[in-house]
Amino acid sequence: MSKTPMLSVTNLKRVFDVSAPWLNRMLEGKGRSIVRAVDGVNFSIDKGETFSLVGESGCGKSTVARLIVGLYEPSDGSINFEGVEIGESAARAKHPEIQGRMQMIFQDPYASLNPRWRVGDIVAEPLRFRRLLKSRAEIQTRVGELLAQVGLSPLDARKYPHEFSGGQRQRISIARALAGEPEFLVCDEPTSALDVSVQAQILNLMKELQRKLNLTYLFISHNLAVVYHVSDKVGVMYLGRLVEWADTQTLFERPLHPYTRMLLDAIPDLDMTGRARTPVAGEVPSPLNPPPGCSFHPRCPLANDRCRREVPKALPVEGGAVACHAVEENRLPPWKTQAAA
Amino acid sequence: MTSPKLLEVKNLRVEFPTRRGTLVAVDDVSLEIAAGEVLGVVGESGAGKSMTGAAIIGLLEPPGRIASGEIRLEGRRIDNLPYHEMRRIRGRQIGAIFQDPLTSLNPLYKVGDQLIETIQTHLPLTHAQARDRAVKLLEDVGIPSAAERITHYPHQFSGGMRQRVVIALALAAEPKLIIADEPTTALDVSIQAQIIQLLRRLCREHGTAVMLVTHDMGVIAETADRVAVMYAGRIAEIGPVQDVIKRPHHPYTVGLMGAIPAMGHKAERLTQIDGSMPRLNAIPKGCAFNPRCPKVFDRCRVERPDPMPAGNSNAACWLVAKEPAHV
Repeated sequence: MSKTPMLSVTNLKRVFDVSAPWLNRMLEGKGRSIVRAVDGVNFSIDKGETFSLVGESGCGKSTVARLIVGLYEPSDGSINFEGVEIGESAARAKHPEIQGRMQMIFQDPYASLNPRWRVGDIVAEPLRFRRLLKSRAEIQTRVGELLAQVGLSPLDARKYPHEFSGGQRQRISIARALAGEPEFLVCDEPTSALDVSVQAQILNLMKELQRKLNLTYLFISHNLAVVYHVSDKVGVMYLGRLVEWADTQTLFERPLHPYTRMLLDAIPDLDMTGRARTPVAGEVPSPLNPPPGCSFHPRCPLANDRCRREVPKALPVEGGAVACHAVEENRLPPWKTQAAA
Repeated sequence: MTSPKLLEVKNLRVEFPTRRGTLVAVDDVSLEIAAGEVLGVVGESGAGKSMTGAAIIGLLEPPGRIASGEIRLEGRRIDNLPYHEMRRIRGRQIGAIFQDPLTSLNPLYKVGDQLIETIQTHLPLTHAQARDRAVKLLEDVGIPSAAERITHYPHQFSGGMRQRVVIALALAAEPKLIIADEPTTALDVSIQAQIIQLLRRLCREHGTAVMLVTHDMGVIAETADRVAVMYAGRIAEIGPVQDVIKRPHHPYTVGLMGAIPAMGHKAERLTQIDGSMPRLNAIPKGCAFNPRCPKVFDRCRVERPDPMPAGNSNAACWLVAKEPAHV
């Protein structure tokens, strides 16, 4: 890659201390317990593209999102926004203009809007906070524009959040995110609380806005079909690590990592009526006590001794990278070419 | 249908009287389930799918009530039974699986005790026999070292394992019908696949019929024999799962299918149904879908369509009446 990516993340780590209180530890003779929510993640996002992170609950995808917008501080590693290091909160504080260029859309539109504020005030908050517009009239006009942009009426500014349905509320939170004219949006499961037909509306809206405003998205989701639909590149996370990333077409047509293959195999598809699947045994282990070596080995059909001992390193492959000993040692069975297309 | 009807719901109407008028949550719903059949019920939130399930099992939350219509299990009317008689049917004849496995298990009782209690309530077994049966059930639903796990509390199980316990509970008295309300919604995809597989296998082995209520069309496609699509408390379309998915007749079903992001072919835009489902206090006159329907015409705004034959399915849409041959 010749040009600098918009955002690049190197060896990003975040640990959470979930130990019992000191006195309890002393009395019960227990040590500290630490969750490695994000454990050495690397990726980069170019301007105007959509990068998605997928994985099951507890894999650390939302933590990555929060680290990037600065809601958490990384324990280690760097976050680089257009060449400026913003990993540590002190460094981030020196560049308020960068913070203003990124915004976040949250999963639950019922929880992310203040029920006691009028929609107009909710959408205007970023404008007021960053003093982008001074006069009331200017703010009101801008709020009207923003609401129209997301398919609501400027008159809706007088209403309260409870007067809207889930999909409309998510439109309000998109309008709020767009108020400060950001270039980079972090979307944490923006559609998973919505019904399918409403989800389609929101996904279409997000794609339209991306084209119109040249936005860059980091999209967090557990739904592979949605991810397939919206993204240019996809990263698959498992227990705090990025196990595979590639451009969307490559990842979905030729997945390499056994976990990616398992996920792809697990999505119920409309074309698969009555299809007998080979369900994957086992569950995601507790992140408190992850297995040694490759964290996927207890569920992996290809695991061998090396997988149980050694953490695999990310290996560059065509169109992406994959962290798997089986790929490195060339003992990966061929992936069935999907007939359904 | 050749096989005998196990469950028959006729013109079911569920109402919620409120201070501001009566809300109709389920309106004139008729459906049948044959023995051993899996009927999927899909729809978006507020479509009345869970209400239909709750009405069948007699667990409508007051002030909700069945206003008219009847529900028959093996020919016997069950919608007007007194509480204690319905209690005997619930669990014994009709089992239930709910969305959140953590709230459907009592956190203060060991998993084994909950199973044994259910078994002894419905079957004439001694405690020891019931215990053996409980272990057998847990093994059946794929819980490793069941004999040991039986002494554990619900919080000691993971989400997927808890849902397995709930399935074991539902199957405890060998009911003929299971109402599964969003059984996989709270689970991760890989666990969801395991649970669907399990449910399908057990129902085949035990010959249990299932009413599978979900919003996930993919789950229905894999599991159900027939599917009913609900919209605003009514059935929009009902028929064999392949017909409804591949050759939908009702414009709502068509829109719903297009709105699901599909793998394999990348569309620039998803088909979108504009607007949202009407609130229960503002269901439009005529066909409930008419304000959002791309093919609406005059009759839809005045007169309400009942399900009528369309190909192999039944669709409640005037378009079908207009063009009797398949479109």
